[in-house]
Amino acid sequence: MTCTEFLAILDDVLDESIAVETRTEIEAHLRKCGHCEVVLNTTRKTIEIFRCHEIYEVPTEVSERLHVKIMERCKKVK
Amino acid sequence: MSTIQPIAAQDDQHPDVALVAQVRAGEAAAYDTLVRKYERQIFRIAQHITQNREDAEDVMQDAFLKAYEKLDQFQGNSKFYTWLVRIAVNESLMRLRKRRTGKLVSMDEDVQTDEGSVPRDFADWAPNPEQNYTQAELAEILKKTIQGLPQGFRVVFVLRDVDGLSTEETAETLGLSVPAVKSRLLRARLQLRERLTRYFGRKAPAIAQAAAAPSGDGAEA
Repeated sequence: MTCTEFLAILDDVLDESIAVETRTEIEAHLRKCGHCEVVLNTTRKTIEIFRCHEIYEVPTEVSERLHVKIMERCKKVK
Repeated sequence: MSTIQPIAAQDDQHPDVALVAQVRAGEAAAYDTLVRKYERQIFRIAQHITQNREDAEDVMQDAFLKAYEKLDQFQGNSKFYTWLVRIAVNESLMRLRKRRTGKLVSMDEDVQTDEGSVPRDFADWAPNPEQNYTQAELAEILKKTIQGLPQGFRVVFVLRDVDGLSTEETAETLGLSVPAVKSRLLRARLQLRERLTRYFGRKAPAIAQAAAAPSGDGAEA
């Protein structure tokens, strides 16, 4: 497996949707290619960081306003 | 090979199905439950598209109100959440259009580029590099990093990797093909990785460091 071939299936590797036989090829490639190993690990970590850290919190007052408005509208439509 | 498809058991249905049925039956409180369940995600996606807090607040409100009014049009062959996201995405794009005084706005902006599709920086990261920053610093870094992506990449990344929609659901929500979602997702992931390496990459080896003056933290802003 070349680096280009690895990159082409990187998303499938990250999403763990790789066939067993391809997995062996990938492991062999990663054992000899430090660059691809770094790309895989750091991309995985990138996703994890964005998933675990909320960067846009809904302000409490905005949330409260929304609920009041929704309930008002629900009553009207009813 | 058998061609008989298993029939999904009634019990397997998504919890939103029952809530939507209750709303249709006139229980307003059930809609409030749905709003509380998804307000964070809708605000997040609106903020990522409009890049403006006031617009995101308006979009969130409008999307929930519109979804309530159009609930009869919800077919139930997609998840309530993906249907809601589609409304929020459209509302966000309309808001951007208004801001840009009618100029065409779409999910295809700036995506015709090969920039960032090949990794260039192979510096490894320290274990748990985010711990070297305060929550506020980290939030700033993540914001700056993701805001630099083309909109069409950013939204795919958020829906697919942060919200956890499947590739097919992301494609349906954004009106894109599955291959387009896959291609954008890979490039979004690689570009974000590349940009975060500036903050999280291990510092240069000792030789390079010895030559540098012992000042600052060495991190590139």
